[in-house]
Amino acid sequence: MSIHATPELQAYWKENLFIIFYHLAIWFTVAYLCGIVFADQLDAYRIGGFPLGFWFANQGSLVIFVVLIWTYVWRLNALDKKYDVYET
Amino acid sequence: MSILTWTWILTGGSFALYIYIAYWARAKTTGDFYIAEKQIPPYFNGMATGADWMSAASFISMAGLISFLGRDGSYYLMGWTGGYVLLAMLFGPYLRKYGKFTIPQFVGDRYYSNTARVIALLCAIFVSFTYVAGQMRGVGVVFSRFMDVGINTGVIIGMALVFFYATLGGMKGITYTQVAQYTVLISAYLIPAIFISMQFTGNPIPQLGYGSAITAEGAALLNDPGTQGKYLLDVLNSLNTDLGFAAYTSGQRPMIDVFFITMSLMIGTAGLPHILIRFFTVPKIRDARASAGWALFFIALLYTTAPAIAVFARTNFIKSIDNVEYAQAPSWFKNWEKTKLVAWKDKNDDGIMQLRKGKWDDPKSANEVKIDQDIMVLANPEIAKLPNWTVGLIGAGGLAAALSTAAGLLLVISAAVSHDLMKGIVKPDMSEKEELWWARGGAGVAVVIAGLFGIYPPGFVAQVVAFAFGLAAASFFPAILMGIFSKKVNKEGAISGMIVGIVFTAAYIWWYKWGDPASNNADGWWMGISPEGIGTVGAMLNFAVTYVVSKFTPAPPEHIQDLVGHLRYPGKIVVAAPTGH
Repeated sequence: MSIHATPELQAYWKENLFIIFYHLAIWFTVAYLCGIVFADQLDAYRIGGFPLGFWFANQGSLVIFVVLIWTYVWRLNALDKKYDVYET
Repeated sequence: MSILTWTWILTGGSFALYIYIAYWARAKTTGDFYIAEKQIPPYFNGMATGADWMSAASFISMAGLISFLGRDGSYYLMGWTGGYVLLAMLFGPYLRKYGKFTIPQFVGDRYYSNTARVIALLCAIFVSFTYVAGQMRGVGVVFSRFMDVGINTGVIIGMALVFFYATLGGMKGITYTQVAQYTVLISAYLIPAIFISMQFTGNPIPQLGYGSAITAEGAALLNDPGTQGKYLLDVLNSLNTDLGFAAYTSGQRPMIDVFFITMSLMIGTAGLPHILIRFFTVPKIRDARASAGWALFFIALLYTTAPAIAVFARTNFIKSIDNVEYAQAPSWFKNWEKTKLVAWKDKNDDGIMQLRKGKWDDPKSANEVKIDQDIMVLANPEIAKLPNWTVGLIGAGGLAAALSTAAGLLLVISAAVSHDLMKGIVKPDMSEKEELWWARGGAGVAVVIAGLFGIYPPGFVAQVVAFAFGLAAASFFPAILMGIFSKKVNKEGAISGMIVGIVFTAAYIWWYKWGDPASNNADGWWMGISPEGIGTVGAMLNFAVTYVVSKFTPAPPEHIQDLVGHLRYPGKIVVAAPTGH
């Protein structure tokens, strides 16, 4: 006999994986696509004195990383409550 | 008051504070010593992680490095922050759920193997010693530059302080000391940057200031009325190209290499034991997630300021040195010449300093000025003519950065020795009291070894940072990731994967640093990937080997698969449900 998580908890894990997936997709896009691969093309656009590709590489990615972690925290806290596994 | 007096007051005051905190937070149990009894609130844990993370190199050298590299320097900025996104989503909460003391212990338990645990503990010790050597040296260097104390005396003062609070307080003492150290180091970093940003652009936020236009006051500081109203970055770009450098905002390094270095630094970050261990110290699973958020917020405060300092300092430096008569050189230049961080050699005998592309001591280059990267942070307040106390603050901040990182690393070494080696393998039946003695003794011995590295720096220290990140990326990252996200990965897979990853990465770095250094350039590298970026390839090999070997060897025992299932949910759940087989 083996121990298995209930279907609810398997659903919790699946939803978590999906949330991780789209957060990491954004993580990859801003750092690797905007900041490295397409940085030269994006430099044609500017925000203030920053060429856009340079901004993503130098600063924008970092700011977005911070936001990503906090949206993940927020989404997962909501998920914990939805599946009634929120620690008190 | 003079710079020296201010430095002594600020450094002495901060040291007294650290000692008081260490005494107040002294550890009584092994749980206290290793993971502060899981009682650290997430914002404090985030701050402590930030101090742990930001080393002497981040504080003193990074802005200067970036000022030379331009956009290419971004791989440090993204690479040393992006890993926290991975930590928050892939590692932190699950390691906290596991709830034990060390990373080698996790690897050993998940892969039900003492061999795996030994490989992990050797990696943890190697990575941590590599890192800590640079920190103790950093302490000595700050002492000698700001306080007229010999480097060795400085190292010994630093050793005594770390010895006191690391052996007495363990994780708890270190964490609360790090909170204080973070506060000191971030103030020291931000205050000059805010002043300078105001002077140049009128914008008090340096992160926005370096993308703003230069004000009349800024143009006066640069002695160039023509720059008024122009964007600072445009001015720097044309200064750079006029002197024969590439435009500051353009990238020079091959894209594939930048990509692999950034990835290697990110996954290396996520595999560094002294950072991973911090997720064990908070009360709840969701606190582990929030910890990563706070940590990255506090880190990003410094990491987004660094590129601003790089731009301000480089512009200021070029404008106040290039094409200026040496007799008229600013006083800071002559002050810092004594430290040999800046120097001038009049190659064309015209008495005027020319700053150009190339090495200052290379007779073929027209460049006459030596600039050490560290000068951009250390002398920044003087270059911008800020008050003396801000200069003194830089010394206290540099020491805080070096000491906090050293303490976190020493704790990993001590826990690896006392908990993984002694308690885990050599003498499992020893009492908690005895283990605590081993932990304190381990920390003490590690401090002494680290101090010796600081006094007699091995020649390879500067080159092994790539080693530390590469090894963490190629060993821990895949082993922990698959340990959490796959139930089927087994000990045969993990052990062979780690060995392949480590051997490949170490061999590649060794070859280009020591085997055949002449070929250490873009043409000589495999696929154009530098030794700094090879950890990414090592990690990919580790993943591939682990997956394939696990496929063809028996699946892990049921209780291990249950452990993995258990990690995935907060709380005490994982309900037993009979499934009929």
